[in-house]
Amino acid sequence: MSLLALQRDFQRHLVDAPGSIDTWIDAPARGLAVYHNAYRAQLVECLAETYAQTHAWLGGEAFLAAMRAHIERTPPSGWTLGAYGGDFAETLAHRYPDDPEVAELAMLEWRLSRAFEAEDAAAMPAAAIVGIDWDEAAIVFVPSLWTIPSITNAVAILSALVAGDPPPPATILPEPAMLLVWRQDFAPCFRTIEMIEHDAIGLAAAGTGFADLCMMLVGSRGEAEGLALAGQMLGQWFADGLIRSVTTKDIPCA
Amino acid sequence: MTIPNPRFHGFGLGLRSVHYPDFLQNAVPVDFVEVISENFMIPGGRPLDILDRVRARHPVALHGVSMSIGSADGLDRDHLARLKTLVDRVDPLFVSDHLCWTRIDGFNSHDLLPLPYTQEAMDVVCANIAHAQDVLGRAMLIENPSSYVQFAQADATEWQFIAEMCARTGCDLLLDVNNIFVSATNHGFDALEYIRGVPAERVRQIHLAGHTQGEHLLIDTHDRPVPASVWSLYEAALARVGPVATMIERDDDIPPLADLLAELDTARGIAASLDRLAA
Repeated sequence: MSLLALQRDFQRHLVDAPGSIDTWIDAPARGLAVYHNAYRAQLVECLAETYAQTHAWLGGEAFLAAMRAHIERTPPSGWTLGAYGGDFAETLAHRYPDDPEVAELAMLEWRLSRAFEAEDAAAMPAAAIVGIDWDEAAIVFVPSLWTIPSITNAVAILSALVAGDPPPPATILPEPAMLLVWRQDFAPCFRTIEMIEHDAIGLAAAGTGFADLCMMLVGSRGEAEGLALAGQMLGQWFADGLIRSVTTKDIPCA
Repeated sequence: MTIPNPRFHGFGLGLRSVHYPDFLQNAVPVDFVEVISENFMIPGGRPLDILDRVRARHPVALHGVSMSIGSADGLDRDHLARLKTLVDRVDPLFVSDHLCWTRIDGFNSHDLLPLPYTQEAMDVVCANIAHAQDVLGRAMLIENPSSYVQFAQADATEWQFIAEMCARTGCDLLLDVNNIFVSATNHGFDALEYIRGVPAERVRQIHLAGHTQGEHLLIDTHDRPVPASVWSLYEAALARVGPVATMIERDDDIPPLADLLAELDTARGIAASLDRLAA
């Protein structure tokens, strides 16, 4: 029997799959139980740390049951424990099909955890836009930027939980929206955005120039409102620290 | 070219997040700190900023938990590449990981799983250490694990395995005295024989920690002060290997920094008394 066969049997033991690890080990029962327990305890601790507010929303017993279900359904594969649980929201969506705020809350917490350790990038100050030819300009966002679709008030629930306030009851939004997640300096941030801002961010992130972005907004809202909206969004993006640089004809401005 | 490890005689602590303010705001009386490598093998953000600031004050040892040098299917290239990036950033005192395996066939247990001390395992471990040292460009420290099972097919003791591993790869040792005590108790071998059996000249660092009595076995929990039994073994280990870096590991129920510094003073006291005896 080879080392590879032994390690495969050990792995099967950890995930409760049929195997023959007992045949490899002297007095197997006591020692193997230590590894069996430690494997799960570590994953439970990891999920509880990443999803502290989802835990608070669901309550201890329900959250523990969800974690256990996720660990059985999704054994870890990445080299870092920090990557474990990225698909916990899928498990929750499966377990709570009538409570979509649960999975949204988890997805929001996951993206915030990713933003926390995303690549560093200084945000461009608004003052640096002087002299930019906006007819030729394209926006480059900071690498921590991410968007999540939302149909519930998960943002309001998370905000209340983080503040230690009683969370509002879960509700469905009148219109589907998007959640914007990013990191400003070292602090993960989030806010709800309308679909039109999401579309604008998506176009800009794909390399569409600012002039074409304005054309899209004018086409959607008319000239006056569309241009005003473009100016508002740009100002908000600078204020939020979302813009890493503005390029004109492939020449970075900041 | 593989850079050899320095002989560093000092006393350090693991850098844990609850103590970040202490290390950033005060002159903490340690000679080095040790961090879990994987916690900082990330693109950016506050953890790396903190590590940079601590590194400006103290030498830093990188201690890994996921290299999986005992994996029969080799090392994870992404893990190794990210570790190399961190090594280049930190210029660490030591780079260490464990004599164990954590991963097979894309499954990662994130637990330090035991190896059978067979010739095949020796070949696998040595090939993986050689690969890692080649990529990192430096000799690694390999830590002896605590263990809760023994394999029927093993044809060497752990200390015999470690001695041959060092000879074949040129790696050095991170001797975890608590792990020796835990495994010796669980498996009924003589901890002093273990200490006599490892190549003393290859030990560059010592770990100290506490453990917990489980229902049947001692468990390596790192959640309490170093017990008298481990201090006693530390004294025996230090008498054999001479002055090396010593570090206290505390990963759970972490007390105020002052408590850990007091424990570190105990280690300093033991080392000083041995120095006086040798003088």
